[in-house]
Amino acid sequence: MKQFLIFVKKEWLHIWRDRRTLFILIWMPIVQIILYGFALTNEVKNSNIAIFDQSRDEATLQISDEIAASHYFNLVKNVYSYKDIGATFRKGKIRMAIVFPKNFRYDLLHSNRAQIQLIADASDPNTANTLTNYASSIINDYQQAVNQNADLPYTINTQVRMLYNPELKGAYGFVPGVMALVLMLVCTMMTSIAIVKEKEMGTMEVILVSPLKPFRIIIAKAVPYLFVSLLNIVSILLLSVYVLGVPIVGSIWLLMAESTLFTLTSLSLGILISNSAQTQQTAMFISMMSLFLPTLLFSGFLFPIENMPWPLQVISNVVPSKWYYIIVKNIMIKGLGFESVWQETTILVGMTAALLGMSIYKFKIRLA
Amino acid sequence: MQKEKVITAKDLTKRFGDFTAVDKITFDVEKGEIFGFLGANGAGKTTAMRMLCGLLLPTSGLATVAGFDVFKQTEQIKKNIGYMSQKFSLYEDLTITENIRFYAGIYGLTDERIKEKTGLLIKQLHLQGQEKTLVRALPLGWKQKLAFSIAIVHDPAIVFLDEPTGGVDPITRREFWGLIYEASAKGITIFVTTHYMDEAEYCNRVSVMVDGRIDALDTPANLMKDYSAASMDGVFLQLARKAVRTGD
Amino acid sequence: MQPVVVEHIVQNYRTKKTVVAALKDVSFTVNRGEIFGIIGPDGAGKTSLFRILTTLLLAESGTATVDGFDVVKDYEQIRNRIGYMPGRFSLYQDLSVQENLEFFATIFNTTIEKNYDLIKEIYQQIEPFKDRKAGALSGGMKQKLALCCALIHKPSVLFLDEPTTGVDAVSRKEFWEMLHRLKLQDITILVSTAYMDEASLCDRVALIQKGQILSIDTPKGIISRFKKPLWAIRANEMFKLMNAIKEDPSVESCYPFGQYHHVVFKTEKDSKEKLENIGKDGRYTDVEIKPIEPNIEDCFMELMTN
Repeated sequence: MKQFLIFVKKEWLHIWRDRRTLFILIWMPIVQIILYGFALTNEVKNSNIAIFDQSRDEATLQISDEIAASHYFNLVKNVYSYKDIGATFRKGKIRMAIVFPKNFRYDLLHSNRAQIQLIADASDPNTANTLTNYASSIINDYQQAVNQNADLPYTINTQVRMLYNPELKGAYGFVPGVMALVLMLVCTMMTSIAIVKEKEMGTMEVILVSPLKPFRIIIAKAVPYLFVSLLNIVSILLLSVYVLGVPIVGSIWLLMAESTLFTLTSLSLGILISNSAQTQQTAMFISMMSLFLPTLLFSGFLFPIENMPWPLQVISNVVPSKWYYIIVKNIMIKGLGFESVWQETTILVGMTAALLGMSIYKFKIRLA
Repeated sequence: MQKEKVITAKDLTKRFGDFTAVDKITFDVEKGEIFGFLGANGAGKTTAMRMLCGLLLPTSGLATVAGFDVFKQTEQIKKNIGYMSQKFSLYEDLTITENIRFYAGIYGLTDERIKEKTGLLIKQLHLQGQEKTLVRALPLGWKQKLAFSIAIVHDPAIVFLDEPTGGVDPITRREFWGLIYEASAKGITIFVTTHYMDEAEYCNRVSVMVDGRIDALDTPANLMKDYSAASMDGVFLQLARKAVRTGD
Repeated sequence: MQPVVVEHIVQNYRTKKTVVAALKDVSFTVNRGEIFGIIGPDGAGKTSLFRILTTLLLAESGTATVDGFDVVKDYEQIRNRIGYMPGRFSLYQDLSVQENLEFFATIFNTTIEKNYDLIKEIYQQIEPFKDRKAGALSGGMKQKLALCCALIHKPSVLFLDEPTTGVDAVSRKEFWEMLHRLKLQDITILVSTAYMDEASLCDRVALIQKGQILSIDTPKGIISRFKKPLWAIRANEMFKLMNAIKEDPSVESCYPFGQYHHVVFKTEKDSKEKLENIGKDGRYTDVEIKPIEPNIEDCFMELMTN
């Protein structure tokens, strides 16, 4: 035990004395969360739109007014033909057009069913998607208001539900994503470098020739980074609640426990990488290629996995951050309990055990 | 006959903060001379050598190398010197010819001259047939000989050798010194540091640095007489034991 | 039981195209309490041999035991009882002198106090700098700290791989004095070096070149095997003199040794006269010729060329 503790102490001194790296480790998550939270948000404000109203009745005017009043949209033009819509789009004046068919109110009142067409500029698919969602939700509100004093429900078929993110804030999706990314970076990259560094410095030779067991070396290497990571989780959560205004709906303790689990997964992966890498550059490169990019691509926080071709969907299953992302979203945003994430948790536990087992099995007790 | 001086240093000093690494050293090196530059670890050899190579600006004093001022004309100095050390030698993943061509190219030799030099060098080192061997595959001794030949490929006025023979086997070490003598006979001045005291005895003159100062400078024979020692080893031990400084 | 027994060790390095022999059938035995030197240039195979003996590398064939334990099977026992100082500086540069020592004491399940006697003499020299980072020490002090760390658990066999490389003559001398005092404490020491002059400081040496042991004996024994007479000659023009001597077909070898050239003739007959004739051809002054005892370097070069 004493051997183990002194190793942990030594590792901690390495981190503590390398102030520049320590600084980066502490500040990186903060900078990232702010960067992703604000700069990369897909929130869209004051987008120019046009309206082609073929009914010009009470209902269409009211909906138009509400859309125009919203701070998401800026009504720049009323158009009078489809041709006109095309022209306005081509001039780049608008990002979305709303088309009301003839007899909109009549249809709504008499057949309880009416249609609204939303035409968006899909050259920027994300924005288009967001805009149509905003518009649909406004239309939805109108529909609900109308239905309050009606016997039979009226339906306007732009059915989009915004259940968990009613204000359509971009940060909701990003916070869990950034948590996955940061933990992956700190734990995996830093531990992988920590072991390779000893190989490069020549100290590994002396450590190997000592009675220290490989298992202890590996665990001792990981412990300080576990602490740094927990510190990072806390700072990310504080920032998301108090700066980005994303609340933690579910249990914070469950969230911390799951985060610790994910940290362990990442640490194990880092150790496995460092077993095969001979230089710090290689370790860094493998971490980047095998973790950073897949985390960005496959965890689901930038690109929806459901829309990917099936081979990529299959690949996404081996990316640990995908499961962590789901867990965080369920606990933090949706406020669900352990029963909703036990499958993902089991997968992470399994991954950690496999990675750690492989690391210890593959840890070289000799040099070559 | 007064020989041409290739290095002159007068009260050359380098301070780092309040630590004086090199303390007013004064000496001259003549053209074609083999000048041994000795000193214990941390005596200030490396700092002094870096100043003379134009890599480090001196704090005070005067010095010229190949006629150029170490304060103002470092670019000209670099063009007129060669440098080789045990650590820095050649690109391991390039072939012998590629290394020669690369370094000759750096010093701006014409294509024709590079070709001529390459052939000459390969012949001199008896490396015919191995032109396309990667330097990595050469034994250490050969690498060092090749590195030296490349360091003087542009016929510099002076070549600085920083522990060129460390770890090399005794025969190759002597062959290496054969190359040094040849270069010196061609008029190239040799400025060399070494931990092998028998090599110090091959030098025309030797200086011994202690705590940043040059405490002794003479021919090996005179030094041995002055310190009543049977070899340079004895001279060096007597001088280096006086050192107060222990840090690098 | 001999502390180190090496039998027919073979080791190769494979690159893409070629197989380079690092050790070719190396065998030797080290006696308890002796300083055994492995003397040879870089690339002779010294480091490979040390790594095999310290259980860091598996030999391709052959066997070796340290303190009776097999280097392959019983690596854990060996790791508990040996001290190893690798060729390059291998301490934590960002830890202080004290922290390094404490770390190595603890991982070997001991404390600094327990074996302080053993390292006291060496440690006292670096103690004034005990709070300094190891990376900021001078070469000689780094080497002393590394030795302390390798000794702190009172190993029965100490492996020192080129401890004096790149260290100046004074520090080298001090280092060897330390080794001789350690020997008195009953520690068997295996030391490798590229400096031929250090051979005379060992009890027995193995001269090694290109993975092959050229000779194993006491330094005196090795010298006594040098059968041919050896001449030392010097004059004012040493370089010219050497070329002139080498032109003589009866000369076997002529190597510069400091201020003299060491000359060996193919046949003993008239050798002194031949040298005198070369010296007298008018180009040289201050000619001195004398018969001398060979040193290890003479022997090494003779063995290398055979």
